[in-house]
Amino acid sequence: MRPWKLSLAILLFACVACSRGPAGRQFTVAGSTSVQPFADRWAEVFMQKHPGLAVNVQGGGSSAGIQAAKSGAAQIGMSSRELKPDEMELNQIIVARDGLAIIVHPDSPLRNLTLQEVRSIFGGEIRNWKVLTRLDREIDVVTREEGSGTRGAFQELVMGKGKRISKRAIVQDSNGTVREIVANDPYSIGYISLGLVSGRVRALTLDGVKASEENILSKEYPLVRPFLFLTKGPAAGPVKDFIDFVLSAEGQELVRKEGLIPAGEGSPPAGSGRSHE
Amino acid sequence: MNKLDRDERLVKLALLVLAFSAVAVLAVITVFIFGEGTPIMFKHGLGKFLFGSDWYPSEKSFGLLPMIVGSLFVTFGALVIGVPLGLACAIFLTEFSSRRLRRLLKPVIELLAGIPSVVYGFIGVVILVPFIRTTLGGPGLSVLAASIILGIMILPTIISISIDSLQAVPRSYREGSIALGTTRWQTTRMVMIPAARSGIIASIVLGMGRAIGETMAVIMVAGNAVSIPGSPLSPVRTLTSNIALEMGYASGEHRQALFATGVILFIIIMVLNTIATVTSRRARGKRKTAA
Repeated sequence: MRPWKLSLAILLFACVACSRGPAGRQFTVAGSTSVQPFADRWAEVFMQKHPGLAVNVQGGGSSAGIQAAKSGAAQIGMSSRELKPDEMELNQIIVARDGLAIIVHPDSPLRNLTLQEVRSIFGGEIRNWKVLTRLDREIDVVTREEGSGTRGAFQELVMGKGKRISKRAIVQDSNGTVREIVANDPYSIGYISLGLVSGRVRALTLDGVKASEENILSKEYPLVRPFLFLTKGPAAGPVKDFIDFVLSAEGQELVRKEGLIPAGEGSPPAGSGRSHE
Repeated sequence: MNKLDRDERLVKLALLVLAFSAVAVLAVITVFIFGEGTPIMFKHGLGKFLFGSDWYPSEKSFGLLPMIVGSLFVTFGALVIGVPLGLACAIFLTEFSSRRLRRLLKPVIELLAGIPSVVYGFIGVVILVPFIRTTLGGPGLSVLAASIILGIMILPTIISISIDSLQAVPRSYREGSIALGTTRWQTTRMVMIPAARSGIIASIVLGMGRAIGETMAVIMVAGNAVSIPGSPLSPVRTLTSNIALEMGYASGEHRQALFATGVILFIIIMVLNTIATVTSRRARGKRKTAA
């Protein structure tokens, strides 16, 4: 090969490596890691019904999802926290509601906490289990990282304004790892999405109220946050079809089975465009 | 002839461009990190950034001290565990073991370097962390766990570079020493190690670089609490973990603060590398004048 051809080949290779093939019939749903597993479920069933259409579900977190929806990097952004004032330009669709469960190890003698006690534990005032139980051991508080939608919701619903989560708390970057730590450490306490509570951890009752669908719908259980889909302007085409599917009775039933609470009071009319105008 | 000349020049130019692209990448990264990270440091005050211990990005409070201290603790811990083990292993393999055993063991040790860090982290979470929690107390996710995992991760670097530098010592040094009637250990301690010192220092520096830059395994076992650890059993957050944990969610000033974290990390690594290069060069210089 002639040397100039070699240089050309290197350049060509660089160009090919940079560009990608044209996008087919696909769109991207990105954001909150709390919403992601449910979006995966929706996408899976939706793609079965619409062969040839690809729904890309990605994580990244609520703030990243909001950014992605704003910039157009994703057609749908997912958020597990309410939007801030400067993010209100986006079109919001509540696709489900989620309870936050306060979880401990199954062997823990603890069954119930008051909201005030939860606040004191995560704020770092109560540091030892002996204040609350017969255990005498430091509490291993597990929280989520700054910017996480779950942490944002916990901060807002439990801590309130101006009260910080203790600096000494262990920080993990997903619901799954928080659950994993609490499932293995008998002296820990954490909070995760109610839909992700499994037999390996115990969800506490709050002021005597169990974290259940009925109690959330009746608004007795206080720790509830919306799961949002965000679009830039009204959705159209396959994106609209997907959102309609998510809000349909079938879509809502899918996530109810996985532990989420349906979006609307009662079931939203299937395929109605009302909720995302 | 003329055409050959031109071809030659073209090749030279193409290779030059490629060679400089690597340097250019470094330059772009440096400019980008500093460009994104420094404005916010000066806006909120450099002192607050470096010596503030409150990291609450949502409240515009960006103190990096816990992470700086955390990175140093964890790296120091990794060296305390990794250096003696690695050096002992290198000395054994070069000075005391048979050639066959060395041929067998060295590739196996180098294989350790090929294990992805997430696997180290996973083993740490599944085995080491519960072990620390049940036997020593605390949450298990701790400075100690991170140090042990990192200490193991830097072993292959330390061992293989130390072996190479011990083997590079001229045969005549060892033979001369033995001829004077010293034992093997005396020869190793008084001749071989001093002669190989610059290589050994280089191996420790490279190991340190790996330890301070490692992210995934540390996130998994360190607990990531943003407070200055009070004991080896307390959870800790390093600079790299801080960036990796929060970058997905960060926007605005929070994002810039993560770049500022990168700036600090960059400077720390530069300083450490410079110190190390200078000391190893000095050691080498001394040997030359001695010889």
